[in-house]
Amino acid sequence: MTAHPAPLIIVDPTPIDLAAIHAFLADPAAGGEVVFTGTVRNQNEGRVVHALEFEAYPEMAVAQIAAIAAEMYARWPLRKVAMVHRLGRLPLGETVVVVGVSAGHRAEAFEACRYGIDTLKRDVPIWKREHFEGGEVWVTNHP
Amino acid sequence: MASESTFPLSVRLFALIREKVGREAIALEVPAGTTVGALAGRLRAAEPAVAPYLEASRVAVNLTFARPDQVLAPGDDVALIPPVGGG
Repeated sequence: MTAHPAPLIIVDPTPIDLAAIHAFLADPAAGGEVVFTGTVRNQNEGRVVHALEFEAYPEMAVAQIAAIAAEMYARWPLRKVAMVHRLGRLPLGETVVVVGVSAGHRAEAFEACRYGIDTLKRDVPIWKREHFEGGEVWVTNHP
Repeated sequence: MASESTFPLSVRLFALIREKVGREAIALEVPAGTTVGALAGRLRAAEPAVAPYLEASRVAVNLTFARPDQVLAPGDDVALIPPVGGG
């Protein structure tokens, strides 16, 4: 067993640097990368959205993401894992979340990335307040 | 008697719950041996405004989701985790 490289985990208000994430994922043994990028979109359930505001329980969010990354390394033969979530009030089009993996082949990269973002959306203590045309509301993820 | 001893436990609140209750945490005094499953009743008694949100929420102890049968200890970092919305 070779040791896995430490995953890149960031949960904070600084803008997400996609170039830095690609640089982190680069690996001579990787045949590909899959990177999911989540952004603030302009509508939700019929509401016109202006911005999303993200709040976290930061220490637990980092701990949960580390546990998810460890599971990903255990289940798939991955080279590197990056999971980054931004906090604070974000305007339309802004990058909210990135889950990226590099691996020898695409199949495990796609599967692991999908697992990573789905599990993050279910189990990581981050909350979203939607600022829409006419009000504000806390919105939760659907399982 | 040791079984009658109590200890202070602070339960952190976030997002919708923090907003509705109007505080960052609820301070409890709980008997030794109190389980995670028994917390809901204690929280409801201490702060009725939290009641509507207990059923949908999960309890985290020391940064991981806790099982109902987990026994709480002095110094545990406890939080009420309402349904999440990240990603």
